[in-house]
Amino acid sequence: MPFLEARRISYAYGERQVLRDVSLALKSGRFYGLLGPNGSGKTTLLDLLIANRQPAAGAISLQGRELGSYSRPDLARQMALVPQEFGLGFDFQVGEVVLMGRHPHIPRFATPGLKDLALSRRAMADLGVEHLQERLMTALSGGEKQRVVAARALAQDTPLLIMDEATANLDIQHTIQIFQVARRKVEAGGIVLAAIHDLNLAAAFCDEIFLLKEGALRAAGRPEEILVPAMIAEVYGIPCQAAFNDFNHSHQISFQWQQQRP
Amino acid sequence: MITTLSLVLLLAILLSAGMGYLAITPLEVAQIIWARISGASLPAGIDPTFGYVVWDVRLPRILTAVLVGGSLAVAGVLFQAILLNPLADPYTLGVSSGAAFGASLALLINIAFISVYSVPLFAFVGAVATLFVVLALASVDGRLGTSSLILSGVIVAAILSAGIGFIKHLADEQVAVIIFWLMGSFASRTWPHVGLVLGAAVAGLLIAFYYGRDLNIMALGQRSSDSLGVDTARTRKILLVVGSLVTATCVSVSGIIGFIGLITPHLMRFIVGPDNRKLVPVSFLAGAILLLGADTLTRAVLPSEVPIGVLTALIGGPFFCYIFRRKQLHALS
Repeated sequence: MPFLEARRISYAYGERQVLRDVSLALKSGRFYGLLGPNGSGKTTLLDLLIANRQPAAGAISLQGRELGSYSRPDLARQMALVPQEFGLGFDFQVGEVVLMGRHPHIPRFATPGLKDLALSRRAMADLGVEHLQERLMTALSGGEKQRVVAARALAQDTPLLIMDEATANLDIQHTIQIFQVARRKVEAGGIVLAAIHDLNLAAAFCDEIFLLKEGALRAAGRPEEILVPAMIAEVYGIPCQAAFNDFNHSHQISFQWQQQRP
Repeated sequence: MITTLSLVLLLAILLSAGMGYLAITPLEVAQIIWARISGASLPAGIDPTFGYVVWDVRLPRILTAVLVGGSLAVAGVLFQAILLNPLADPYTLGVSSGAAFGASLALLINIAFISVYSVPLFAFVGAVATLFVVLALASVDGRLGTSSLILSGVIVAAILSAGIGFIKHLADEQVAVIIFWLMGSFASRTWPHVGLVLGAAVAGLLIAFYYGRDLNIMALGQRSSDSLGVDTARTRKILLVVGSLVTATCVSVSGIIGFIGLITPHLMRFIVGPDNRKLVPVSFLAGAILLLGADTLTRAVLPSEVPIGVLTALIGGPFFCYIFRRKQLHALS
């Protein structure tokens, strides 16, 4: 049984249909990439999968049970989210924000236990933000903030980790750091579903790719099967070459950056 | 921090109850209160008039001020945390304008002849009606966005102040009564007033404290707080209604008193940090102390009584400028 399964789900904002008949299944120990051009419905699909919106048609089940039958705290023990945008209204410290990841595991009037503190500390260590523990969130750089948010989601210690273009604003060093941490979670039996814009990043880290085009699932499968020149030209309209790259040991794509002069 | 503030509040109550036209020592005040509570007779050497002045005149007024100050501060914490806006206060959703409109209407048609509580009742109904209009106006598809809430509050408040202006225009010589009510006062408040605000204060405190951790999580924004297991939309709605009802009770008892609900949470956030579980009780105590101080100032220190709402704005405004400026400069360094 897949951990999370969507069967023919659709969604519309008013008259505008943004998702049509999308079906997918997530299994343990796999790293999934959600790809597609801007406006292809990636964020809406993630919103449906985290029960932020209800599908207009179709069904989603989590561990065999209807997604809508889970309470918010139950859901928060199954999946964590690293959002793309992050704002914080008040001056919380980094350590406090990471510990917020333990919220669904701590009863209402209880204080955090040893396990909560240990998991927060380990998440901070994994993302290299321990030294920032007592700094205020508002005093961090964009990259530091995003790593703290990722640490918070990691501390949540859920089977499924969802990343919504989590590294869109990060430099290459921190992007790779976050993806390596996510990859280690997958090796340990977890599941990661990441909406990604960078095709090469997706090809390097993902076991399976879901490619969206105009609200429909255009293709699904291993990166080297999906990210081929014909498909990329069809979905993104950009000419490219794709081949196994010896240097980084993965299927990589090379784009034609400029128009060829005659 | 909580213990310190509680002691300061207790001391302030004893001191304040002794201040005024008849000066009574704090020890005598304590003896009078103890005698009243335990049912014993007053110790020899204390003028029975003192007993009447402390228990029936000053204490109801003092406790009303204490409870209103504390409640407004807690409501301020709630509104700032829900709207993710440090400039929000208990009046952001137009509750005060609704109460003011209700009270003005009651004063215009001179309904006070029916009962002393008819003006507070009208104010309360006005405040609650305004709250629901604002909530209806702000909700899209059952969702309440923070900026649409603030905007709806501003719009409704603007319409209501035009309405109040019109009522004042119609009121002729009654206009002084309306203006006086709007500026707020604790003069001649009685034990039933204390009971009324006590109910609102206790309910507000308990509910705010219950949701303290959820409020912290909600500072991360709706998408994140939902993913952390907080039912953000529902919690937001519950707390907006609770905060507004508490505020409506305060306003209907005391008129519109500004700045306490805005400044106290800021001041306390400086001291205990942004964690709402600490902020709520500490703000309650600090708001109580501040408003009692201001009311004692106008009642017993100043040569003639300045309306309390005017006084809090006169003291609070410049103070707020100072905090704001310091924070700005701090952010630069």
